Amino acid sequence: MDIVVCIKQVPNTTQVKINPETNTLMREGVECVINPFDTYAIEEGIRLREKMGGKVTVLTMGPPQAEEALREAIALGCDDAVLLTDRKFAGSDTWATSYVLSRAIKKIGKFDIVICGKQASDGDTAQVGPGISTHLDIPQVTYVKKVESIDKNNARVERMTEEGFEIIDTPLPCVFTVVKEINEPRLPSLKGKMRAKKAEIAKWNAENLNCDFDKIGLDGSPTRVVKIFTPPPRQGGVMLTGDVSDIVDKLVSELKNEF
Amino acid sequence: MDVLLTEEQKMLKDLCRQIAREKIKPVAAEYDEKEEFPWPIVKILADSDIMGVYIPEQYGGMGGGTFELAIATEELSWGCGGIALAFAATGLGTFPILLFGNEEQKKKYLTKIAKGTIAAFCITEAEAGSDAGSIKTTAVKDGNHYVLNGTKQWITNGGEADIYTVIAMTDKTKGARGATAFIVEKGTKGLDFGKKEKKLGIRGSATREVVFTDCKVPKENVLAREGMGFIAAMKTFDYSRPGVAAQALGIAQRALDEAVSYSHERKQFGQSISSFQGIQFMMADMAIQVEAARALVYQAARIIDAGAKDISKISAMAKTFASDVAMKVTTDAVQILGGYGYMREYPVEKLMRDAKITQIYEGTNQIQRTIIAASLIKELKKK
Repeated sequence: MDIVVCIKQVPNTTQVKINPETNTLMREGVECVINPFDTYAIEEGIRLREKMGGKVTVLTMGPPQAEEALREAIALGCDDAVLLTDRKFAGSDTWATSYVLSRAIKKIGKFDIVICGKQASDGDTAQVGPGISTHLDIPQVTYVKKVESIDKNNARVERMTEEGFEIIDTPLPCVFTVVKEINEPRLPSLKGKMRAKKAEIAKWNAENLNCDFDKIGLDGSPTRVVKIFTPPPRQGGVMLTGDVSDIVDKLVSELKNEF
Repeated sequence: MDVLLTEEQKMLKDLCRQIAREKIKPVAAEYDEKEEFPWPIVKILADSDIMGVYIPEQYGGMGGGTFELAIATEELSWGCGGIALAFAATGLGTFPILLFGNEEQKKKYLTKIAKGTIAAFCITEAEAGSDAGSIKTTAVKDGNHYVLNGTKQWITNGGEADIYTVIAMTDKTKGARGATAFIVEKGTKGLDFGKKEKKLGIRGSATREVVFTDCKVPKENVLAREGMGFIAAMKTFDYSRPGVAAQALGIAQRALDEAVSYSHERKQFGQSISSFQGIQFMMADMAIQVEAARALVYQAARIIDAGAKDISKISAMAKTFASDVAMKVTTDAVQILGGYGYMREYPVEKLMRDAKITQIYEGTNQIQRTIIAASLIKELKKK
C-alpha cells in the first residue's frame, strides 16, 4: 500500500503574524513545528503501512526551512520525503496549494491513499485535503476518526460529524483528512532520528512538477484576502444610574450626540 | 553542557528529554502512589530504541557506551527516578553479560534486551549487602546443570524482568573467589518471586525477593567461568555506578527546576520569593552543585568509555558526589517550596524520597569512600 501524507509546517504559537501588505502569514523568525493535526495523519500513514506493507511518502509545500518538518516525519517512521519549494509558489491560497500538492502526487504516480490533517492550526481553512481530491479527481472522506477495514481496492472508515459519525465505504485511491480522535501519535525513535538526519530530501519546483504557472502563487490564487484583523475587544459600556426618567433622557441625548 | 555533546548524543538527550516531559512526568505521581511497574513506559522506551542504547549494534542496540547510558538515565530520571529504573537497572543486569558473556550468550540475551526485555542483577541477600563476599546462595554442579538454592533480596526489577544475572557460591571454602555468575531466565523451574517491598521512594520501580529452590540452570549459562562471580560483580558495579550517579543527577536537576520555577511564582510580602537573597543564595548553591555533579558524572562515563583500566575510583566518586548532591538539593527544594514542598500534591517531596536510595544502593556512599581511599593508597604505593 503506497501512502502519501501531506503536511504543513506552522508557527509554534497561536500568535500568527500577518503581513499587512499581502495579507499572508509571516513565517520568518518564528519557531516552526508540524501542524498538530498532521501528526495524526503521519501516525495513521505509518500504522497503515505497518499493517499492509508498502511505503509512506511525506510531502510539504513551503520555504526551504520546511525541510525540518519533513525530517521530523522521517524520524517518526515515514520512508521518503519531498519538499515542494519554489519562489513561484509563494502566496498560494488553498486551491493553488492543493494544485501543487496534486501535481507532486501525480509525479509520484503510484499511490493508494492520500492522508492530510483535517486543517492547519494557522490558517484553519480545512480546504487543502478536499482540494487535492478535486485536482486528482478521486474520492475524499473528511474528518476520518477510524479506518475500520482496508484492502487493496476499498476502505471502510468512520467519519466524524457534529451529531455522531458516519460509516463510509470508498474505493481507493482516496483522500482522507483525519481528526485527532483517530490515533495517538508515537514519539520518534533514535534510529529514526539518525535516519532523518542523513536522509536525502528531494526538492521539486514548479518546473519539475510541470505546473501550469497560471495556477500557482499569489497570481494563480482565486482567493483574495482583503483584510485579516483581530476584532477589537469589546469596550466596557457606560452605566446610567438614577431615576428611570433621568436615565431615559440621558440615553436619548447620548444617542443624539453619537449619531 | 549540550554544546559538548556529539550530534548523536544530542539526539539521544533530546529524545529522552521529550519522553521524560511528555510521557513520564505526567504519570510519575500515579506510579509512585500505586507502586506499579511502568510497563507502558518500557514499551515507549523500547519503541524509541532507548532500551538498547548501550548495547553494541551487532546485537541490535545503538552502540553507545556508559556515557550514553548516563545521559539517557539522567533525562529519564528528571521525569521520575523510579520509572527510569526499569531502564537503568536493566543496564545493571545487562553489564555482566556485556562484560563477561561469550558470543553465544551475548547473541541470545543482548538482542532481547535491546528490544525491550527487562533484566535484573541479583547479588544482595539478607546477610550480604556491602559485604558481598558473604553470599549464602549456592550453586552445585550436577552434570550439565548447576542447581541454585537461596534467596536474593531487594532485587530491582525483580519479578518483572525476564533475564536475571545471579551471583551464587560454587565453592564456599574459597570465599569471594568461590562465587560464580549465572544467567537465569524467568520461567526456569525453581525460580520464584517473594515479597514485594514497600519503599520510601522509587516506588514506580519493582523491588522484590528472588527465590531459588533447586533451580536447575544449564552450564552454558555460567558467565566467564566458575569463581569469576565476585570479579564480575565488582566490574559490573564499576560500570553501573555512573548510571546511579546519573539517576541522582536527573533527580537533582528536576528539584532545582521545580524550586526555581516555584520561587518565581510564589509571592509573599508583595513580591516573588525569588527576589529574596536568602532564596537566591540557596538556588545558586543548588545550581553549582548540580552542575559540578554533572561534570563529574560525564567525566567518569567518558573515562570508562575511553577504555581506562582502573575505573573504580572515578566511578565511585561520581556515584558518591552526585547522590550526596541529589539528597542535598532535593531537601533544599522542599525547603524553598515550604509547606507546599511537604505536600504530595507538589512533586518535590517525591524527589527527596527518590534521592535517598542513590546514597545507599549499588554500594553505600560509605563503601564508595573506602573504594576511593583504597585507590588513593594503592596509587601512593605505586609512586
